[in-house]
Amino acid sequence: MNFLSDPVPFLTDWLNGLLAGWGLSIGLVHFISYIIGGGILATAAMLLVLFLIWLERKLIGRIQDRLGPNRVGPFGLFQTLADMLKIFIKEHITPEGADRVPYELGPVLSVAAVLMVWAVLPFTRTTMGTDLSVGLLFIFAVGSIGELAVILAGWGSNNKYALLGAFRAVALLISYSIPMLIVLLVPVMLAGSLRLNDLVQAQNVWYIVLAPVPALIFFISSVAEVGRSPFDLTEAESEIVSGFNIEYSGLKFGMFYVADFLHAFTISLIFSTIFLGGWRGPAAEQIPILGFVYYLVKTSVVYFLVVLMRGTLPRLRIDQMNNLNWKFLTPFSLLSVIVFALADKILPNSLTLGRVLVLLAANALILAAMVGGMNWFSAHRRRPVVVTRRRHEIASHKDVSA
Amino acid sequence: MTPMHIVFLVVAVVTLFAAGMVVTTRRMMHSALWLILALMGVAVVFAMLDASFFAVVQVLVYIGAIAILIIFAIMLTRGVMEISGPQVNKGWWLPAVGVVVLFLGIVVGLSQWGGFDTLLPALPADANNIALFGQALTSPDSYVIPFEVASILLLAALMGAIYLGTEGRRGKK
Repeated sequence: MNFLSDPVPFLTDWLNGLLAGWGLSIGLVHFISYIIGGGILATAAMLLVLFLIWLERKLIGRIQDRLGPNRVGPFGLFQTLADMLKIFIKEHITPEGADRVPYELGPVLSVAAVLMVWAVLPFTRTTMGTDLSVGLLFIFAVGSIGELAVILAGWGSNNKYALLGAFRAVALLISYSIPMLIVLLVPVMLAGSLRLNDLVQAQNVWYIVLAPVPALIFFISSVAEVGRSPFDLTEAESEIVSGFNIEYSGLKFGMFYVADFLHAFTISLIFSTIFLGGWRGPAAEQIPILGFVYYLVKTSVVYFLVVLMRGTLPRLRIDQMNNLNWKFLTPFSLLSVIVFALADKILPNSLTLGRVLVLLAANALILAAMVGGMNWFSAHRRRPVVVTRRRHEIASHKDVSA
Repeated sequence: MTPMHIVFLVVAVVTLFAAGMVVTTRRMMHSALWLILALMGVAVVFAMLDASFFAVVQVLVYIGAIAILIIFAIMLTRGVMEISGPQVNKGWWLPAVGVVVLFLGIVVGLSQWGGFDTLLPALPADANNIALFGQALTSPDSYVIPFEVASILLLAALMGAIYLGTEGRRGKK
């Protein structure tokens, strides 16, 4: 391997050789290289957020038929830098009666929960933070620490609206975790391992082709987990005055903001890893750096979709969100798992095209059931009772309700 | 003292301290937070024993669901952030003595066990722990019966929760 085709392991080996040559023990050398790798990954993620915020503001602007930031720097690229500087120099106002420890921990855990996910994502065939044997489950375990951060923030703010927003947010996050985790059983069944690199390497056919309905359910649940539109009830300025982060100012609010955008990008990364084949592509096995390029392209497409959803769809009400989750996503995720378990195990393992077609047919069945379910729900949902008055009755002030 | 020894000592001290603070801190909300720290310490101990699946599931289930539920329950209690009366009642020295005796008894009893001072054997590099775990949970001569009994217990809890949750709607009140 040389530097051009595989830079990260090359540099890692060079650094390890250098440190071992200075006489450090091999355990300490690995420890130091892990720390340096973690620092670089976290810094790169945070710097990426600057770009992501600009990208989102431009995209939302274009969706809304306006330009987006375009004054500060070429194409408004330095707008995020200006916002960052503003947030840095703002005063940290702590509300009276706030519980200090949860109040301070909220933003920290929120960002930490998102950054820890980056440690297990496979960027190329050879470059990962760490190759955990339970990588997929680790992602969602640290996501649950993010839920904890929301409660801590809402509680520590000593504010009714913050608490209410935090309750709602955590109820939503826990509810939407359920179809997300159930439907993840499908790629795990297809790949036979929880290790993320195994999951990528098992995708000779992308799992979005083999399992489109689980991919759809996973995507919807992930967007709800992040708390983005159309599921951003918890940050609705018009409803509960921006929810659990109302009492935060300055860099603490900046941390929540960063966590929100980074989480949206992170779920795009996770979706690309699990369903779009991650770093796989032509010549990605021989030239690992190409794998990183493919990964970025796929993630950008998914992220574009997420931003498009944000700019297009109206916000859902809390009862609509609960309905969507419990009456729609959860039963169909369970149904998907059962159908996939049956369909995949009765097929002999050797045919590829036949397997693809049979699994697609199974998905079509589930999709038909979903569409039927949606139609039934639309027909049977409660509608508001509208009383109409004819024009001459209005003109003659006749009392219709008598 | 290998680094793993040092890490274990630090984690053990933090976990025990957090567990002690759960019962001695004056505000209930802080007890919940110390409990989360203690559960995280247990997850780290699992990870150090090479039981990675259990460490992750500990975080996912205990911290992600049970601790949040405990916090919800605490938040719905009245007077949760007040300092409510003295921490101990009059005869507190008796249970303290009992606890210390029990702890020493358990430690002495465990030290008679052969595995007390053997080092952790390293797992073979391709040990497929999760597949073995899955097989252990579902094979008839392994642990399938406790697994199914636990599922029935959870089903009972779920039915109880649904019953309590729909009480108003059934007009029983």
